[in-house]
Amino acid sequence: MFSRSYKAAVTVPPLAWVLVFLLVPYLLMFCYSFWSVSAAQTIVHSWNLENYKELLQKSVYWETLLRSIGIAARVMLLSLLLGYPLAYFLSFYAGKRKDLLYQMVIIPLWVSYLVRAYAWKTILGSDGVLNTLLQYVHLTSHPLDFLLYSPFAVVLTLTHIYTPFTILPIYASLEHVPRNLVEASHDLGATPAQTFWKVIFPLSIPGVVAGATFAFVLSLGDFLAPLLLGGPSGIMISNIVVSLFGAAYNWPLGAAISLGILVIVVSLLFASERLEKKWSFS
Amino acid sequence: MSTTPTQKPALLGIRNLAKAFGCNLVLRDVSLEIAEGEFLTILGESGSGKTTLLRIIAGFENATSGEIWMGSERLDAQPPYRRRVNTVFQNYALFPHLTVEQNVAYGLRVAKRPNAEIEQRVADALEKVKMTAHAGKKPSKISGGQQQRVALARALVNRPRLLLLDEPLSALDANLRRQMQVELKSLQREVGIAFVFVTHDQEEAMVMSDRIALLRSGELEQVATPREIYSRPATAYVAQFIGHTNLLRGEVRNGIASCGALSWQAALPDGPALFSLRPENIRLSTGATSNNVVRVAGRVLQQAFHGATELVRAQCGDGLVLVVRTASSDLTREDVALEFCPADAIPVRESPERN
Repeated sequence: MFSRSYKAAVTVPPLAWVLVFLLVPYLLMFCYSFWSVSAAQTIVHSWNLENYKELLQKSVYWETLLRSIGIAARVMLLSLLLGYPLAYFLSFYAGKRKDLLYQMVIIPLWVSYLVRAYAWKTILGSDGVLNTLLQYVHLTSHPLDFLLYSPFAVVLTLTHIYTPFTILPIYASLEHVPRNLVEASHDLGATPAQTFWKVIFPLSIPGVVAGATFAFVLSLGDFLAPLLLGGPSGIMISNIVVSLFGAAYNWPLGAAISLGILVIVVSLLFASERLEKKWSFS
Repeated sequence: MSTTPTQKPALLGIRNLAKAFGCNLVLRDVSLEIAEGEFLTILGESGSGKTTLLRIIAGFENATSGEIWMGSERLDAQPPYRRRVNTVFQNYALFPHLTVEQNVAYGLRVAKRPNAEIEQRVADALEKVKMTAHAGKKPSKISGGQQQRVALARALVNRPRLLLLDEPLSALDANLRRQMQVELKSLQREVGIAFVFVTHDQEEAMVMSDRIALLRSGELEQVATPREIYSRPATAYVAQFIGHTNLLRGEVRNGIASCGALSWQAALPDGPALFSLRPENIRLSTGATSNNVVRVAGRVLQQAFHGATELVRAQCGDGLVLVVRTASSDLTREDVALEFCPADAIPVRESPERN
């Protein structure tokens, strides 16, 4: 149907892109993770497992990884709790306002991530909007310091940033629930609540899984929010990677941690894809 | 007929029902009684409002005006999940994430019936539609005809007082459809539940129904038994929609109807009149003249072979073409004589244009 040269013209560029900018860097990272750094701060190309040993032995890496997973899990949960009702409302009850509300979900994605993270800084800071308000109405006499530079601030910011990413797949899967199934359920005597739990929710599970995966994976790898708002107690694993590649100049250890995260994320993606398939019926 | 539906108590009373979507009037002043245990077909072309009428009875749409009564209670005031009415949907609407068995059990589960009762009733229902062997399968793994049976079992297991069926056979191929028509009809006799069946297929309606309600542009054209609606159509539209017919537009004067070269005795007031004359009521004349028949000479235009019978189109004088149904024969003549009894020319009302 299409000529060879046409096929080559459309397939080679993206494949080359993936090869040069994804596969080669991954391969380099993989190599780096088995190398080491000399006292003179040069990369020693001698193959060994020292980086992985250090990773398993030093508790700071473990604790930071667990904290990151904890933060990502909370972001995922909050995004689902906020996103599902909104997606459900959009799909089933928004009527003529559907398009407008859908745009309003998308618009925040146009605003720079950095701007949104800084916005939370001005809201949550000790001279910030929230503390000023709380003191003005005399709910507190001095600024609350747990608001900023804490895991709380990171969870709040990441939830704000990634909730649209959970809303969109949930909305898409709710849109695919045939409306005559809802009618059939009512017809068979099920109340609206029964219909939701027995028909609508089970059929929206693929969207929930996709949305949850987005929120979790994107949060787990985030480094800007913890950098700007996390403080010492809100550090996440990506911050460690960033500092290892930067100031600490220990690329081999940074590469080892990155590969560890990559393994976690890829296995999560596989698991979520299987889960989505199991709950797809079309 | 042994069962005259009108003598049975009325189950459902639809009174002066109207429905408008915006300024588009889809149902106007529909009144209809449905008897206990009756098989009533709502027949109409697409856009006639038949599905809307069904959806209003089920509770998926609200009527703009009018009332629906079931016994002594207003049905239209209740939400769909409180009505003792179940629906078989056009594309079955089986729950894709549940097995056949779970689909059938759905209504009883949400009604929180005891487990033992659910199991028994579900098993019986699956047995009745011959789907026991497929109980553990998901709907996507069974054929269209089987899905149809499951949808039927899922509705009937709740023992509704009225079952609504929205063109349930239209997705099946012709052979399976004929088979299901027979099965559905005998199942309906067996369970004794009133069926309201929506279709656009007049043959299907004739085969299955106790009564047919013919809907045209949102208004009921005629409600009668298949025999009556066929032999005594009330309007020109009914006569044409159900089976083939010849519509004769004529003039009555002093008890004599005339139409082109034809004329016969008709006990009607003077003025323009419209008659329906079924093709099978016209014969090719054998030559032997008998009294009290209308005879006319014609020239054969076209013959269409239909298996047991043949449809012959014949030109009878200027502007008048009659369609005649004859037993299949080797008709080689071009010039024929046609005859029919005046009693077979049924006067019908004009069907005014509507939109």
